[in-house]
Amino acid sequence: MIEISHVNKWYTPSFQVLTDCTTSVTKGEVVVVCGPSGSGKSTLIKCVNALEPFQSGDILVDGTKVNDPKTNLPKLRSRVGMVFQHFELFPHLKIIDNLCLAQEKVLGRPRDKAQTKGMQLLERVGLKEQAQKFPAQLSGGQQQRVAIARALAMDPIVMLFDEPTSALDPEMVSEVLDVMVDLAREGMTMMVVTHEMGFARKVANRVIFMDRGEIVEDASKDDFFGKPRSDRAQKFLSKILSH
Amino acid sequence: MARSRGGHVNYNWNWGIFFQPNPMGTGTYLDMLLSGLALTLKTAALAWVIALITGSIVGVMRTLPSKGANWFGFAYVEFFRNMPLLVQLFLWFFVLPELLPKGAGTWLKQLPNAPFWTAAIGVGFFMSARVAVQLQAGIGSLPRGQKMAATALGLTTVQTYRYVLLPMAFRIILPPLTSEFLNTIKNTAVAITIGLLELTGQARSMQEFSFQVFEAFTAATLLYLLVNAVVVTAMRFLERWVAIPGYITGK
Repeated sequence: MIEISHVNKWYTPSFQVLTDCTTSVTKGEVVVVCGPSGSGKSTLIKCVNALEPFQSGDILVDGTKVNDPKTNLPKLRSRVGMVFQHFELFPHLKIIDNLCLAQEKVLGRPRDKAQTKGMQLLERVGLKEQAQKFPAQLSGGQQQRVAIARALAMDPIVMLFDEPTSALDPEMVSEVLDVMVDLAREGMTMMVVTHEMGFARKVANRVIFMDRGEIVEDASKDDFFGKPRSDRAQKFLSKILSH
Repeated sequence: MARSRGGHVNYNWNWGIFFQPNPMGTGTYLDMLLSGLALTLKTAALAWVIALITGSIVGVMRTLPSKGANWFGFAYVEFFRNMPLLVQLFLWFFVLPELLPKGAGTWLKQLPNAPFWTAAIGVGFFMSARVAVQLQAGIGSLPRGQKMAATALGLTTVQTYRYVLLPMAFRIILPPLTSEFLNTIKNTAVAITIGLLELTGQARSMQEFSFQVFEAFTAATLLYLLVNAVVVTAMRFLERWVAIPGYITGK
């Protein structure tokens, strides 16, 4: 579903953020990307739907080359759902309109169909009653669940999560993770940048560990948590799992 | 003239002057001032429409990733905001017709209501540079993730601005836009220099015909204050009308 091969990215000629990153996500797979801050994991996931450009290498999503100038990027992006750290709901639109905007303007769905779809998804994330409210009237956890519903409304073939729980109060983390776990169990293809190792243990098929722009470890979940091969991954794990 | 040396000592106050006929035979002096007010409002309204439309386009250009658009926006703003308004009006009114090919220049000079069009367009462009800067700041104040989220959903750049960035940016800059609207109204007074008989112009002719300088300009001042009070009140209503529940815009 996602093929990342030999991707290199520089912010300036002397500052390389991604170094020869190669990995893939197959259909129905849940891949967790972890690593210390500044290791390039958010940058890598943003390269997948071309929110960030990169200088060399290739990324294919469902067979379409992301870095081909001829690729219709809006069309490609409409099939790739993305959830951000800071939710990024559109504050001037009601919750239901947040879910309908791209359905109508990008997919060309008629308003009533978009609304039906939107209400179904709000029900699924447990927020049907909030449909007529505005984002600022919801808690962080609720906003993030709306953001997930908004991405799902586009019927994505794959979902990208960029630290979806990092900006949340601790008591709101689980309500968001619950939605993600359900999604994973239903067979959604997911690439998730997160520090939530509990989530990784529960539903991940594979774990990718990044450090200083490189993919240091790319292993099945059991291998990663059981016996990480690299020193750096071992140290990282021992630090974040020690409490 | 009443305002000359010692004039105020013997000044004859005459508040009844407004109801006396003016020498042009167009009614009373009050009618004269009101026709000036109407012209001020017409000029300001057209200027504000021009300022909002071109200012918005230029303001957006300054936030686009394209270098060319950026450069154009920068040059436009610096050109129109760094030259005094008075000089700009003179340029459009006196210099531009001379620079054009002869036929076009003559056509321009003989245009009916040339002072009105020059004033509206001149003030409009002058104010558009200021609108552009406000809008650029408004867009810049939005979280970077808003544009990313819209892009990630598949919206094109135009759709992203139309449905996501601009609705928020305009809400944020509504208070400074109110000031710019008031400035637009006040700036139309500069058009007196190219012969537009707007409110200030009519107050001055009233003074010249009747020698009642204080009455004339008191009335003009009150009319300006009244218009601006109406604008401020209307904009307050607009701000409340478009306010987003739960969202705090005040900084």
